[in-house]
Parts: sequence; C-alpha cells; structure tokens
Amino acid sequence: MFHTSLSLNDLGFLAQGAGVTLLITFWAMLGGTILGIVFGVFRATTPWWATAPLAFVLDIFRSVPLLIQLVLVNAFQAIAGLNVSAFMVSCVVLALYTSAYCSELVRGGIAAVPLTTRRAARSLGLTWWQDMTQIVYPIALRIMLPSWIGLTLGVMKDTALVSWLGIIELLRTSQIIVTRIQEPLFVLTVAGLIYFIISFPISRLGARLERKWREND
Amino acid sequence: MIEIENVQKSYNELKVLDDVSLTVQTGEVVSIIGGSGSGKSTLLMCINGLEAIQGGKITVDGVEVHAKGTNINKLRTNIGIVFQQWNAFPHLTVLENVTLAPRKVLGKSKAEAEAIGRKQLEHVGLGDKLNVYPGKLSGGQQQRMAIARALAMSPKYMLFDEVTSALDPQLVGEVLDTMRLLAKEGMTMILVTHEMAFAREVSDRVAFFKAGKMHEIGTPDQIFGNPQRPETAQFLASVL
Repeated sequence: MFHTSLSLNDLGFLAQGAGVTLLITFWAMLGGTILGIVFGVFRATTPWWATAPLAFVLDIFRSVPLLIQLVLVNAFQAIAGLNVSAFMVSCVVLALYTSAYCSELVRGGIAAVPLTTRRAARSLGLTWWQDMTQIVYPIALRIMLPSWIGLTLGVMKDTALVSWLGIIELLRTSQIIVTRIQEPLFVLTVAGLIYFIISFPISRLGARLERKWREND
Repeated sequence: MIEIENVQKSYNELKVLDDVSLTVQTGEVVSIIGGSGSGKSTLLMCINGLEAIQGGKITVDGVEVHAKGTNINKLRTNIGIVFQQWNAFPHLTVLENVTLAPRKVLGKSKAEAEAIGRKQLEHVGLGDKLNVYPGKLSGGQQQRMAIARALAMSPKYMLFDEVTSALDPQLVGEVLDTMRLLAKEGMTMILVTHEMAFAREVSDRVAFFKAGKMHEIGTPDQIFGNPQRPETAQFLASVL
C-alpha cells in the first residue's frame, strides 16, 4: 500500500504557495501587458531610430536570464536603501521582463494587419486614430491572443525563480515540505500537478476564444 | 467634377505617372485600360489622397486633394473606392462593415446607419447576409459588400480598382452586374479594368495608359473600333 507523510496541512501550505504564485503572475501579467501595449504601439507607429533606445533596453530584459535580473535588482535596491519588499521586486522585474516579450507580440500583431485593409479603412474617411482603434487593434488582438496565452503560462512557471529572493511560492513550499518529509518525487509530482491545474483552464480559455474567432474567418 | 492636371508621380527613380491630365464630369463613367504597371491603379489612389503626388494637381469639386489645408478625411467621404482585394474588416459582420464609417465618420446614429447599411446591402444583393461574418462569404459576395460599404457613405464619385481581377471567373458577373446598375443610376465612376467588353459597354469614355502616360482617350467606339495610337492598337490586339 502507498504511504505518504504528506498531510492535509501540507496541502494547505502548497495551496498557499500556489496563491502567491498566482498573485505574482497576475501582477506581472497586468503590468507587463499594459507596458507591453504601450511599448509595442510606440514601436509599431514610430520610426525605428526613435524607438531604438527602447528596443535596446527591452532586448536586455529578454536576453539576460530572469534569475540574474531578480538577484541584481534585489541587491541594488537594498544597496540603494530603497527598502522595497522582495515581493514588490519580483513583481516589477517580472512585469518588465514580460513587457519586453509582450511589446514584441503587440508590434508583430499590428504589423500583421494588412496595409490594404488599413487603406480601405482610411479610404472611407476614418482618421488614423479611428483606423487604429476600430480596425487595427481588434484584428491585431486576434492575431496576438494565442501567443499572449503562451506568454502567461510561461511567466506563471517563471515565477518559480522568485523563490531565490526568499518568497514562499508554490515551488518553494514544495521544497520546504520535501526537506521535512523526505518524499521529493511525490511532493514534486503534487506541485507539478498544481501548476498544471492552474495552467489548464487558461490554455483552454485561450483555445476556446481562438476557435470562436476563427469561425468568423 | 474631378480634374487631374499634369500629375507627376514617381517612386524614387521610377516614374509611375507622367504628366497625366484628365477631367471627369459629374455623371460620367470613364474606364482606364492598359497593361500592369502602367500607373492606372496609382492614379485612383492619388485621386483620394491615399498616394502623394510630386507634381501637378488634382481637384475634386474645386477642392485640391493634396493641398496642405485640405480636410482629406472629409473629402474621402465623397469618393468611394473599391479595391482589387476587397479588404473586408474580418472582425465585423457584413452589416457592421457597412455601418462603421457612417457611424464613426458621418456621426449617424446606430439605427440610421443600419437603415442605410441594410438598404445598400439589399442594393448589391446581400440583404440576407447582414449578420454573417465576411469570412463566410465568397469572393464575389465580399466584393459586393465592399461596394455597399463605399456606397453607404453616399459618395458622389466611385473609383473601382480592378475589382474583378482577383475573383474566380464564375463570380465576375455578379460584381459587374452591380457596377452596371450603378452606372445606370447615374453614378460618376472611374474604373480601372481588364474587362474590355464591360468597359466598352458602360463607359462614356475610355483612356489607355502605358508606362505612366495616358496615350489616348476617347469614346468606347473610337478606342476599341478605331484606335488612333499604335500603342493602343497593339495593347488591344494583345488582350482581345
């Protein structure tokens, strides 16, 4: 018979960790998406030389491993005496990291709207702004959605790295339990299952939206 | 009245329109024929300011299209254009495609715009497709929707840019029928077309373009029956 020392209390602890994971994911996606839209629209509608500095900074966020960013930012804020909580640092770094990817999605989505469609809109007398809000954004949104869902799931898993700053999120809670009950395989399986349970509805929701929109094409 | 005077247009070194002049009277139907790359489509884009010009001028009802102070969006409400690629707005239903500009540009209420949209869609034979998304329509139906979308702005002028070129042969007829109807109703039209028989049938005048120049313009009978320029005769011999 299978026997485990994993108690109901431990499960509650894991659920608490999952709550922290979800909360960080939420703030990172909210901040990252808003910033990503601003950056992406700016980059899609402004000549390259004006956006080059921003593009360069965003490239840094995309190229440097997230773990290094988290540790460095956390260390620098401590040295600078900003006294920001590790939770705040995690959310901000993850949001910036997300915004770098999101801005590429937004830029790509806008660029993918056919120029001929936009000409047709302008030929009807719509202003540049009306063309953007009525035609370009809705079409770009449909193009971007699958990648945005993918980004959300990616960021959710990336939040595991914030345990390095001492935040007790899902992965960290599972490690704490492993240290105590010495059943690493089983506990990690349970933690993995929880990650899956969180991801699954998000990816299903994305697939459903995608299917609904494709019906109209 | 559309007045095109000595228009010059080039992309870098390439001259696309070379000293083109043409006046289209209200109620007139003018067809532009010629090989690809002859500048025909570019001329239409210039008329409603979708393309800039480097010389000459174009005026529509006395308003200079490319002048600095011109309210181009207001001017465009008077000039409908239908493209080779019908360019449906894929995220809007057929009715929404047609009512978008009347609502946003002309400031009509939803009910007013829908009444106009319904009327125009019935006009082009799509009265039963109001709530369908364009992706569900055939190419010919989408093109007729594009015509209704332009007509919903009650333009004084309609420009047609090779509107049947991208259609399957069996769908060309329904779009031509719609245009024939408009011509009969007295709409002022400029059409760039490869449908020679249609151009001959509906046009008051036909212009032949080659390499950015207008080589000849005249009645359909003259252009198709007795072309004065060797270039025109040569082109017609190659397509007819």
